[in-house]
Amino acid sequence: MNKTALVIQREYLVRVKKKSFVWTTILVPIVIVGFYAAMIAIGVSGGGESSKIGVIDKANLFEGKADKASGDKAEYVFINNETPESFKEKYVKEGYNYFLYIPPFDINKKTDSITLYSQSTISIAQKSRIEKTINKAIEIKRLQSANISPEQYRSIKSEVSVENITGKEEKKGVAGVAAAVSFALGMLIYVVLLIYGTMVMRGVMEEKISRVAEVVVSSVKPFQLMLGKIIGIGAVGLTQFAIWIALIIGLNLIIPIVMPDLATQLTGQEVPSGSSGVIVEIASGLKTLPMGLIIFCFIFYFLGGYLLYASLFAAVGSVVSDDQQDAQQLILPIMMPIVLGIVIMSKAIAEPNSGLAVFGSLFPLTSPVVMMGRIMFDIPVYELVISMVLLVLTFLFLTWLTAKIYRTGILLYGKKVTWKEMMKWAFRKS
Amino acid sequence: MNILEVQHLRKFYATQKAVDDISFTLAPGSIFGLLGPNGAGKTTLIRMITGIFFPDSGTINFNGKKFDPENDIAQIGYMPEERGLYKKMKIGDQALYLARLKGLSKTEAMEKVKEWFVRFEMQSWWNKKVEDLSKGMGQKLQFVTTVLHEPKLIILDEPFSGLDPVNSNLIKDEIFRLAKKGSSIIFSTHRMEQVEEICDHIILMNKGQKILDGTVHQVKQQFKENLFAIGLDNIPESIASDAFDVIGRENDQLVLKIREGYTPNNVLQYFLQQQTGIHAFHEILPSLSDIFIKLVEGTPLSRQFQTIKA
Repeated sequence: MNKTALVIQREYLVRVKKKSFVWTTILVPIVIVGFYAAMIAIGVSGGGESSKIGVIDKANLFEGKADKASGDKAEYVFINNETPESFKEKYVKEGYNYFLYIPPFDINKKTDSITLYSQSTISIAQKSRIEKTINKAIEIKRLQSANISPEQYRSIKSEVSVENITGKEEKKGVAGVAAAVSFALGMLIYVVLLIYGTMVMRGVMEEKISRVAEVVVSSVKPFQLMLGKIIGIGAVGLTQFAIWIALIIGLNLIIPIVMPDLATQLTGQEVPSGSSGVIVEIASGLKTLPMGLIIFCFIFYFLGGYLLYASLFAAVGSVVSDDQQDAQQLILPIMMPIVLGIVIMSKAIAEPNSGLAVFGSLFPLTSPVVMMGRIMFDIPVYELVISMVLLVLTFLFLTWLTAKIYRTGILLYGKKVTWKEMMKWAFRKS
Repeated sequence: MNILEVQHLRKFYATQKAVDDISFTLAPGSIFGLLGPNGAGKTTLIRMITGIFFPDSGTINFNGKKFDPENDIAQIGYMPEERGLYKKMKIGDQALYLARLKGLSKTEAMEKVKEWFVRFEMQSWWNKKVEDLSKGMGQKLQFVTTVLHEPKLIILDEPFSGLDPVNSNLIKDEIFRLAKKGSSIIFSTHRMEQVEEICDHIILMNKGQKILDGTVHQVKQQFKENLFAIGLDNIPESIASDAFDVIGRENDQLVLKIREGYTPNNVLQYFLQQQTGIHAFHEILPSLSDIFIKLVEGTPLSRQFQTIKA
């Protein structure tokens, strides 16, 4: 068996067999799906607060019967034999959550004299639901005073929503969803680069500090050792993604069976509250995204970015001795372009075709992160190709360069190495 | 045919002449002591022989052909001074991995590892991790991983450090056994008594240069100071002879230094004439330790950094 393959095998198996790998691999999707389920649950049960509101309606706005706006599940009880001052003192004792006081006011003018008393600060959602109910009552009164029937009003009322058509294929743009997905993927690449990059660095440091490197490089070339480590750890990353994707798909299939209510409310048209509508919108938005392209680019940029940064991290790992602080110092210049990538990415999502965004998605040190932010927005194919080619060329060049640093560093002990020396090792003839 | 021939090997670093014109040869089955004070360049020399470093100049011939690190390292087993094992890896897996890196197939590796684990009574260690081992146990494991692919050339850097006498003997016996089977062994150490016990041939390095080369016997002859010990029944009151000087006295024994131009026969003649009973007479050869100290003493304790013009 090829020696590089042996190294890859070891690096891979050692990590995959670890308990911590098993735990993070299982727990992360459970947390993500759990979070997602909780969000949906909250969304579906919107207006679930069945609170009891005592109303003193001096303006006779409701005429004794509250016509509640959709989603408002509160119970409105009209109080006739109390003054606001007396009721204010005892509404809690009598079992009401809130006390709504509507003083007399001119129905055709704006008023801000309506007051809601509560023990603690009321939630924004609850407040807006109560406001909707009141607004509805006021609108009906105004229509009556203008002699317009509710039917007439409905035919007058306009509810235009502008549809954004992008590109030649007249795809429906779903800017909000695309932006969110872009950002999430860019962040994911960023996090993954850092996690697996530092994993490579720690692996190299472990070999150097425990002096295994010296034993192993008497059997394999340092380059094989470095490459084996980088590829092995990359494979661990891909395995983790594969398991996550499988688990998420699995859980998505299981949820409708376990919680049928949730699923029907998600897919069904009779969505009772506004917030569930948003979820349906997101779901339909997701469907319009070019998923194939996104998955391909994600894997390509993860691998490209990972290989590029992993070789840099390996070089740093090879030059530091036992001192963690040295490592911190040397990592900083490597981290900066990744962080810069995140900054450019958030700009790129807002303006995917700005000069900065284009530059960031071509420049190989930032392109894995930035390109994920642009990929949804139908960028020209040639830009994607140039970006990918540049990334591949750069990682080949950097691997060649860092291999030389690695080869010297891995066997050097007790000396603090500067960037200047590393450059000298990298560019000298072998 | 020599297993290893090193000719005019040189390796300079920016501030050190680590190895400066070293030549030696190593016959199959011989045990070769590579001696030298700290910083003499031993590790650099070894790293060139194991293909980790390229020499600046000079040639290495391995097994009659030009040394080709890529392929020849499978025939070399190297145990560095600082032990190197993966702490978190299971011991059985680790031995298998290192054996396979040396080019053994999976089944061969398994066979060899099991054989050696039985020989060293290490079977129960298989599922333990290296971090669970004591220093001496780690040492044994490291030795096993170094030799289990039966290399033609075995390089051991301080193999006995941290071992108790029983385990030292175990390793020593293995070294002899491997040499008898035809492996050549380079043995790098500071412990001179072990060198005398084990090695056929030694070279001594200092400051990157070879300052001594020969068999243990030759070296001792070369550095002998014509010292003899003589055991007498009763030591005469006054001893005066042209043949020797008395330089030590202990109980019934005298230490004599024979003067230039005289032989041990002259000494014996003198004492026979004195009519005292002689019950012992032998030559005192210098220990390697003495030779080492004599040669290395006087040079600064640690190497100074210098600027090297390539």
